Amino acid sequence: MLTNLHGNRKAQLFLGLAAGFGFGFLLEKGGVARYDVIVGQLLLYDFTVVKIMLSAVVTGMLGVHLLRSLGLARLHPKPGSWGSTAVGGLIFGLGFATLGYCPGTISAAVGQGWLDAMVGGLAGIIIGSGIYASLYPRLRAGILSKGEFKVRTFPELLKVDPWFVVIPVAALITAFLFWLEKAGVT
Amino acid sequence: MEWLTMTRWSPYAAGIGIGILSWLTFVLSDKPIGCSTAFARTSGMIERLLRGNKVLEKAYYKEFAPRIDWEWMLVFGIILGSFTSAKLSGQFKLDWVPSVWAAAFGPQPVTRVVVALLGGILLGIGARWAGGCTSGHGISGALQLAVSSWLAAICFFAGGIAAAFFIFRVLG
Repeated sequence: MLTNLHGNRKAQLFLGLAAGFGFGFLLEKGGVARYDVIVGQLLLYDFTVVKIMLSAVVTGMLGVHLLRSLGLARLHPKPGSWGSTAVGGLIFGLGFATLGYCPGTISAAVGQGWLDAMVGGLAGIIIGSGIYASLYPRLRAGILSKGEFKVRTFPELLKVDPWFVVIPVAALITAFLFWLEKAGVT
Repeated sequence: MEWLTMTRWSPYAAGIGIGILSWLTFVLSDKPIGCSTAFARTSGMIERLLRGNKVLEKAYYKEFAPRIDWEWMLVFGIILGSFTSAKLSGQFKLDWVPSVWAAAFGPQPVTRVVVALLGGILLGIGARWAGGCTSGHGISGALQLAVSSWLAAICFFAGGIAAAFFIFRVLG
């Protein structure tokens, strides 16, 4: 692994900017800098968001697990619990539909010129994060630790080599995407 | 170089590109792509400007220091990358109200901005509560086969779909 590069703060800030530039470029070209496309996904008449996310997951999953097997990368799966992941995820979902952007796509929407994203949405996310930071000590002692997951990944859960999960999941997602196209879902 | 000036790419081209980008961030930066922590750090930086260094004593900011880091630069980069793409294709336009919103709730910017603000607050709380967003959990966590991330992604869409149907099919 490139540990020297990982520890070089200035280089990392530049690499972060470069990765973000690429990410933003791809989000805009993919059409998801637009409120209309994201809300279309949540109303289930435009599957652009799901197509982008699932093809990114398949591509990323195959490559990152290969890099890991070669010793060039390590995984950083997040811990979770029912109280944190499921409750937080549902609150996020309400915000996702109300705002019509998520934290990544809102940044892309700002780049495309959307002032509702810039003036309303960005300010809202920053205020919401601040509210969460103030609630955090109480939440941490309470709901966040309810039903903590004992393992971080599905291969750990199933006690198998990651490739035994990677290959079937990649195949299932790919089959689902082919089915979406065959069914003519836009 | 026609592909640079195209208004839209196939969603699969964009998705595969994002997947490849994630290989690069794992190798070069030992980091998965994610966005929502950067907003929490920004909130801490603003609060520090207003209230001074005692903000740093908050438990949350001890875990997520309010400073510019790799992910903060990534979010800033998204704005620049999207702007560049939109300029190249002529899609850049300053606008207040998206058309799907306008069709259901009218063209007034004020309503749209207030609702966006409220939605943003919920999104900010939810992202930090769940420990990630559509990028950090939905793409990066899912590709690592993280249990938390698959559950989070399901909840993002379950909550989002239910709320969107309520907003547009009941209220709208």
